[in-house]
Amino acid sequence: MKGLRAQLVRAFQPDTQADRVVPPSGFTAQLTLFAAGAMAFLAVFALALSLAAGRLAEQWGSELARSATIRIAAPDDQQQAQTDAALRILETTRGVAQARALSNEEQAALLAPWFGAELELDSLPVPRLIEVIETEEGMDAAGLRLRLAAEVPGAMLDDHSRWRAPLVKAASRLKMLGWVSIVLIAAVTAAMVTLAANAALAANAQVISVLRLVGATDDYIARAFIRRFTLRALIGALVGMVLGMIAVLLLPGGEDETASFLTGLGFQGLHWLVPLLIPPLAAAVAFIATRMAARRTLESLT
Amino acid sequence: MIELENVAYSYGGGELLSDISLKLAPGSFHFLTGPSGSGKTTLMKLCYGALLPTAGHVRLFDRDVRAMTRDDVALLRRRMGVVHQDCQFLDHLPLSENIALPLHASGRSAGAAGEDLEDLMHWVGLTERSAALPPELSGGERQRAALARAVIMSPDVVLADEPTGNVDWDMSQRLLRLLIELNRMGKTVLVATHDLGLIRATKAHVQARVLRIANRRIQLAGADL
Repeated sequence: MKGLRAQLVRAFQPDTQADRVVPPSGFTAQLTLFAAGAMAFLAVFALALSLAAGRLAEQWGSELARSATIRIAAPDDQQQAQTDAALRILETTRGVAQARALSNEEQAALLAPWFGAELELDSLPVPRLIEVIETEEGMDAAGLRLRLAAEVPGAMLDDHSRWRAPLVKAASRLKMLGWVSIVLIAAVTAAMVTLAANAALAANAQVISVLRLVGATDDYIARAFIRRFTLRALIGALVGMVLGMIAVLLLPGGEDETASFLTGLGFQGLHWLVPLLIPPLAAAVAFIATRMAARRTLESLT
Repeated sequence: MIELENVAYSYGGGELLSDISLKLAPGSFHFLTGPSGSGKTTLMKLCYGALLPTAGHVRLFDRDVRAMTRDDVALLRRRMGVVHQDCQFLDHLPLSENIALPLHASGRSAGAAGEDLEDLMHWVGLTERSAALPPELSGGERQRAALARAVIMSPDVVLADEPTGNVDWDMSQRLLRLLIELNRMGKTVLVATHDLGLIRATKAHVQARVLRIANRRIQLAGADL
């Protein structure tokens, strides 16, 4: 580990002579630049997806967890009495910050997508809905359910856990997929850099032979290649990251992220700084990949 | 300094060298001669650790090459100047940088090397050609440049494989004088050559031991020609 760190430091120390011992090579340079650039571009999107999914999971997990709905399904002549009884229970329930029955207009608005805006609620046996907002500590849903069952027979408590859980799970999975994509992108970058480094090392077998003849150690020879590929990956990833961030910036936005996940895809606040980690990480991946390729090649060229 | 003890070297199922024993004492001058394909280059490579013997022992500066890592050999090469048969330069670097390569590879700064490099370029008569690329050099210039590179680290031993192989008689005499001068400075010199004229010319100036390889063995060690 100590050796790796020392080599990493040396790889970035300016050494014009060491840079020059390896002849400038055409296609491996372009391959590394292009691969690092393209992968950084994709990594920006994977990062944006992962962070947006994370925000969504957090939002659904925390905000919806603090709300519940009570449905009063009772005969017409008992509905108001049962609603009042439920509200009285909620007033004395610990963990309930606010509770109110939805008005006819609000319930009609909720049903409008299915029955149209002209719906006459009186013509349908629509249950009364009570919106419950919980305190930070939250309420004891099981206890409340028992009290309602005893005193308000038509009441049904829905704390949203049934439908919230799969949504949070889906958002969490999406977030995880984003991170898996980033890991895969790093792996592909490493594979491409390894291919390019192997090609460069093979093409420069004669250079390696000359360097050995004059007393160059494996570390000196490897460093000449490592520095070159690390810097190429850094530059390529820097360009890819900038282009990726511009592309994310140009994505159409939306005011309500939960309303449309796609319009919320992007970075918010300090998250804009996270992609800045991509170029140094790409450089680190290239450093390790080239170092391993160089060691393998130097081992075989005895 | 360099010692080979009952060394054999096989390649591709055939034995190229067999039962070779050789000791290069400090300050000595040796010629290694023999017909083409007799194994001179192989023996030279064994002497600077580029090849490992298939039998016997090769000791460089009292250390067995088998017990050394590649980096150990690389560090020892800094005490051994090698003139390769085909010179071996980095064709994309100018001559001065090629000659200074051992200094850079050993971590010495270009600034510190500047004066030594100038003196050396002057010594081998290549001052005017310092900016030329290796492919632009003549055979003689390449050999002199390879010799300059071999001695820039002020090595204890100089190993030259056919240093006059591609040059005319005048140039080979010039190279020979450089090698004799190095020997007089106390360097151990081993020259592989099939040029008997060169050997005779050298023996007129310096006490040189001649080793002849034939039929995989050193047959005439120390014989006068």
